[in-house]
Amino acid sequence: MSQALVPALLNLLFRAFVVLLLPPLIPGLITKIKAWMAGRSGPPVLQLYYDLAKLARKQAVFSRTTTWVFLAGPVGTVAALLVASLLIPLGHTAPLLAFEGDVILFAYLLGLGRFLTVLSALDTGSAFEGMGAAREVSFSALAEPALFFGFAALARATGSLSLTPMLQSHGMWTAGHLSGPLMLILAGWGIVFLAENSRIPVDDPNTHLELTMIHEVMVLDHSGRPLALILYGASLKLVVLGALLVDPLLPVLSKGWLNGLAFLGGITLLAVVVGLVESTTARFRMNKVPQFLVAGVLASAFAFLLLLV
Amino acid sequence: MSLYLLSLLLAAGSGIPGLFLRRRGAEVAAGLMTASALAGIGAALGVLAGGPVPSLRLPALALTSPSLLVLDAIAAWFLIPVLLLAACGAWYGVRYWEDAHGHPRWVRLVFGGLTAALILLVAAAHTWLFLLAWEAMAIGAFFLVSTEDRLPETRRAAWIYLVSTHTGTLCLIGAFALLAGVAGTWDLGALPRGFASSRLGTQTFLLFMVGFGLKAGVMPIHIWLPPAHAAAPSHVSALMSGVLIKMGILGMVRLIAWVPDPPLWWGALFLGLGGVSGILGVAFALGQHDLKRLLAYHSIENIGIILLGLGLGLIGKSTSQSALAALGFAGALLHVLNHSLFKGLLFLAGGSVVHATGTRNLERMGGLAKAMPWTSAAFLTGSWAICGLPPLNGFVSEWFIYLGAFRAMAGARWPWSVGVLAALALIGALALACFAKAYGTAFLGTPRTPAAAAAHEAPRMMLLPMAVLAGACVLIGVFPMVIASALDRAIAGLGQALPASSRLAHLPLVTVLALTLALLALGLARWAWAGRRSEPVPAELPTWDCGYAEALPRAQYTASSFADGLVTGARWALFPKVHEAQVQGPFPEPARFESHVPDLVLDRVLDPAFRLGSRGLALLHVFQTGQLPVYLLYVLLTLLFLLIWMVV
Repeated sequence: MSQALVPALLNLLFRAFVVLLLPPLIPGLITKIKAWMAGRSGPPVLQLYYDLAKLARKQAVFSRTTTWVFLAGPVGTVAALLVASLLIPLGHTAPLLAFEGDVILFAYLLGLGRFLTVLSALDTGSAFEGMGAAREVSFSALAEPALFFGFAALARATGSLSLTPMLQSHGMWTAGHLSGPLMLILAGWGIVFLAENSRIPVDDPNTHLELTMIHEVMVLDHSGRPLALILYGASLKLVVLGALLVDPLLPVLSKGWLNGLAFLGGITLLAVVVGLVESTTARFRMNKVPQFLVAGVLASAFAFLLLLV
Repeated sequence: MSLYLLSLLLAAGSGIPGLFLRRRGAEVAAGLMTASALAGIGAALGVLAGGPVPSLRLPALALTSPSLLVLDAIAAWFLIPVLLLAACGAWYGVRYWEDAHGHPRWVRLVFGGLTAALILLVAAAHTWLFLLAWEAMAIGAFFLVSTEDRLPETRRAAWIYLVSTHTGTLCLIGAFALLAGVAGTWDLGALPRGFASSRLGTQTFLLFMVGFGLKAGVMPIHIWLPPAHAAAPSHVSALMSGVLIKMGILGMVRLIAWVPDPPLWWGALFLGLGGVSGILGVAFALGQHDLKRLLAYHSIENIGIILLGLGLGLIGKSTSQSALAALGFAGALLHVLNHSLFKGLLFLAGGSVVHATGTRNLERMGGLAKAMPWTSAAFLTGSWAICGLPPLNGFVSEWFIYLGAFRAMAGARWPWSVGVLAALALIGALALACFAKAYGTAFLGTPRTPAAAAAHEAPRMMLLPMAVLAGACVLIGVFPMVIASALDRAIAGLGQALPASSRLAHLPLVTVLALTLALLALGLARWAWAGRRSEPVPAELPTWDCGYAEALPRAQYTASSFADGLVTGARWALFPKVHEAQVQGPFPEPARFESHVPDLVLDRVLDPAFRLGSRGLALLHVFQTGQLPVYLLYVLLTLLFLLIWMVV
């Protein structure tokens, strides 16, 4: 009894650590890599933790235009992401919840977060925030099919409709006929990852011109604790969607804690890669973004086609 | 059976006392409709709980048929939304359609009659009764659509509806006649094996698809649906969109139940029509500024989703994959119920908005969430559900269909159902965009016009029906187990022995996750709200607008601008029309910009075609001189021609 209980408890602690404590580190890492690439020393890696602690103490200001929907955006996004994080496997550690069709619930929970964020932006009545909201829903309409084609290909390759077996089937990388489709899926999802997390080349979190932003312009009016929730939610999204990219690539190791460590390593590596991509590419013009996303759709659709032959 | 008949009579007579009462006629009608709903839903729940199937036999009227009315599981499943929406609509109509709008007594009378026709139709087991009820439904809806016949657009909508519904009825008469020729009886029931693949079976199937598809609003033949839903009073639109168009689906479901061995291409046709209706329906919805037209195009989209479910089920039935058939049919039938709940809710909430602001144009609304908090919450619940977002009911039914598509694809026998997955994902994302646009433009931000600023909350009598429907949406979404056994009985009526819920042993997990989500959201909201500015502030602060002093209401993003990216992206299908004046010279004249998305089939194909046709026929006026001798000459010439033709 206790022999089964201790690993389960440790696994739970590991998940809590990854979901609750780890996320703010990832944007810090990305910023650090970008700073190094540019020859600067950059802000400390833990900067986002300091920011969150500061915002949690600050008072929030609500515009007189807003209603409760304004608060529902950040709150609903974080709640939906936390529930989605229950469904996603972290490397090859034991899953918390896995059932047939949880893939769809996972994707729609992300959609719920987007819906509420967009509404909370429209609640301010600002033209800039409306612009960001319109861009967000337009681009996500292309990201969604890319995500689902990838799921379809993985479901076909693994014969399962649940996230955990789909992402943890370690045979894919080594089996020759599956590695090609997997690379295409990861390419498609990589594009989705960059778009959904508003990274360069789709969006630039650090730009200073509101007219050119997508995600950041939607949260211009939030302050204090709601803003803290938004920042934490954005970093949690990096981890949750990052797990989609990292999991299929990880090898299966003999011990549970080694698998956990491998996941942490994978996520760190992903942050480094994102930092490198951001340092070496420029942002697309807004009208080029759909073409980039369509490339993602095509990549995952080709992955599915390859699995048919 | 007596409960069912009681429900039928109460509904049919609900408008009659109001003809003689000086006041309170609407309340009496709504009360009778509620009694009718209680009786009918009681009867339906009895059947769905596994009770005996009641049927009515009238040997005197035998018409060579064993029974006239059979309240089987499928009929019971469709009866529940009919009665629920009719009762909610009747209470809503008490305050919504008062004397100021004209003909309230007439509207109540026809509303009762339409409901009775729908009640009769779901259980009809005899061809003639089915067609009679079908026609009564069509005529009733025509009268209700044309209520505000002083407006030319209403008259146009009503005529288009009348023409298309009768075209559909004509096809149905043909199809039923072919069917009766095969079966040798007017009784509706199982067809012999092999019939579906025969040439006659194909003709019958296609006639049925046109007849039922016209009613359901399947995409290329949906022409009547957007104008009629926009023109009708809102509680009538709710009933029409919620259940009347579902009668087309009922017909298709019955057809599937009668056929033991559908050919594979039937399923493929369903999937194709479903994909086209779903994607184009939501794409056209994105281009609308008229709130009720937008909702009407979403009905087309949801019919598409239902057809996708039916198509998957049919493929499962053809290839004897019972798990696939169970999931597809269960998703489709559940979506029928769910769509009637949330679309009814949306039309009622939208009606309150129209009532309060006096316009259907989204661009003239804004900021209504402050003035109408409850209506706003109702509309948000409906939007949430129609986008298929968890944890509301729309998610559960779309989930079944997704699972069916995944299963068909993973099963190596039908990999192309990946198209269903992609279509559903695209529909979901576009629906989200469209409802973010509709809710955001109408309810959020600041009022764009004085009328929107002066809006008032709807009276309680109108809010209560919305609360009932919203509650049902939440109930099915959070506790999907409650309807699982009823759903299994309904799909058993489709010749599907395997219960769908057996494939989904984890439905209770949805409840757990939904409650987790709610608790997390509550906790976080509490924490975030506790950190709001506590010290007294001189005046509430405006939105920070990037350096502008204050956000102007007219500078807000409009519904058209919001959807512009997507509409432009889909211009190869939507053909949006843009009117803009050229701005010239150093002191240009005031210029106007306008854009709208006309209907592809009605405005771009049928209208020009008919205009061309009538112009062509006008050429024949030359022969119509109006003088009797000339017409006699025509008769003589014809006779002469016939004589020569016969001799030769």
